[in-house]
Amino acid sequence: MNVPENLKYTKEHEWISVNGNIGTIGITDYAQGELGDVVFVDIDSGLSEIQKNQSFGTIEAVKTVSDMYGPCGGKVLEINSKLADSPEIINSDPFGDGWMVKIEISDMTELNDLLDAAAYKKLIGG
Amino acid sequence: MKKTTFYNIHEKLGAKMVEFAGYYMPIQYNSIIAEHKAVRNAIGVFDVSHMGEVFVTGEKALDFVQHITVNDASKLYPGRVQYSAMLYPDGGIVDDLLVYKFTDEKFLLVINASNIEKDFNWMQQNNKFGVELSNQSDEYSLLAVQGPFSKEVVQAICDKELDMEYYHFFESKVAGIDMIISRTGYTGEIGYELYFKGTVAEAEKVWNKVFEAGEKFGIKPAGLGCRDSLRLEMGYCLYGNDIDATTNPLEANLGWITKINKGDFIGRDVLLKVKAEGLKRKLVPISSDEKVFPRHGYDLTIDGKKIGAVTSGTVSPTTEKPIALGYVDFEYSKEGSTVNFFIRGKEVPAKVVSLPFVKK
Repeated sequence: MNVPENLKYTKEHEWISVNGNIGTIGITDYAQGELGDVVFVDIDSGLSEIQKNQSFGTIEAVKTVSDMYGPCGGKVLEINSKLADSPEIINSDPFGDGWMVKIEISDMTELNDLLDAAAYKKLIGG
Repeated sequence: MKKTTFYNIHEKLGAKMVEFAGYYMPIQYNSIIAEHKAVRNAIGVFDVSHMGEVFVTGEKALDFVQHITVNDASKLYPGRVQYSAMLYPDGGIVDDLLVYKFTDEKFLLVINASNIEKDFNWMQQNNKFGVELSNQSDEYSLLAVQGPFSKEVVQAICDKELDMEYYHFFESKVAGIDMIISRTGYTGEIGYELYFKGTVAEAEKVWNKVFEAGEKFGIKPAGLGCRDSLRLEMGYCLYGNDIDATTNPLEANLGWITKINKGDFIGRDVLLKVKAEGLKRKLVPISSDEKVFPRHGYDLTIDGKKIGAVTSGTVSPTTEKPIALGYVDFEYSKEGSTVNFFIRGKEVPAKVVSLPFVKK
């Protein structure tokens, strides 16, 4: 199971990469595997802010639907526009092209209780 | 937890295994959508060994089957299969099943995996005919070979001419193993189901034979995930979702298998009453042009008022549109009626359509 070292993780299987105060958020390889074929990503195009532990959108797979939760709060800078036409990139490249939102992190201390790669690996039994 | 004879193969193929009806079953090998399309366009193979097989034998085998099922088993002849259902006295559905007729004194009932124990008990409780009931569910392996190329593939490995109409079967050998081969399946494609007893090694031999014969057609293993999307595209009911002890066959659109005039059977009295009074609700196919994904349990509404609920729903891998089955109050059940999916607090417009969702 692919769990990149340089990312932080939530127990709900989101990842965030942090560059200064800019965070990029997606779902993990494990999560996409559990969901199966992703057919639609529903993030409100007017979404301006996300909050820690609050749903900011849903992912629809053939079998099931799943909420996506904010790893931390922040102002939304960009929503990945490729997801609208090619949601399957979440399956093929969850840590790369399949990212979901970029945010300006409002409170860096909210990152403190996220999991590192080793702890996340343990969580998913890898 | 039980394992089917194909468990090692699933593991080797890297299938995602889930618990289903007490068995470890493959939900998908790689992609539900890819497997779904393989069955629609080429050929796919399902391990459905978890299904239950109960043999009914004895002088009054037909009387027993007639008493316990809704369809008219007297119309069957040796080698003929029939889709049917068993009812409780109140008209609720015990299970839907396939009835295979071998002879006047021998029938095979194929039942849902999740209902094997319940069904077998039900059969025993209602055996006032002195028939012998033999639950051989654990002994049978079952492969469903489904898709446009399934005839070529099954013919290549079977030692008899495969000239069979839909819902017929014969006994033959594959890889030297005795087999019931029936032209059945739950996918809406031409397909065959292979029932056989045997060891893991024998089962693997059969699997390998099928895949060797299917290689040139792009044969793929197919998991329960796409089995569900395939059956839903055709509008076939799934026990536990669309039908159960609280639904009767008439409201579930199973009137076509319910032969009220065949003579007495369990549940008939209530169905006569239901018929006389008219249906209160009906299971209908619903689709929408919106980007929306109906799921089991979602409400169906009109002007914010609940008028029904979704029992099965997904996005059709073939049309990429949302498709659902759900019960609605009878007045909204006509084709063309507009209803709404109620999803996360929002009403999304949808329409009652006709089946199948995917037309050939």
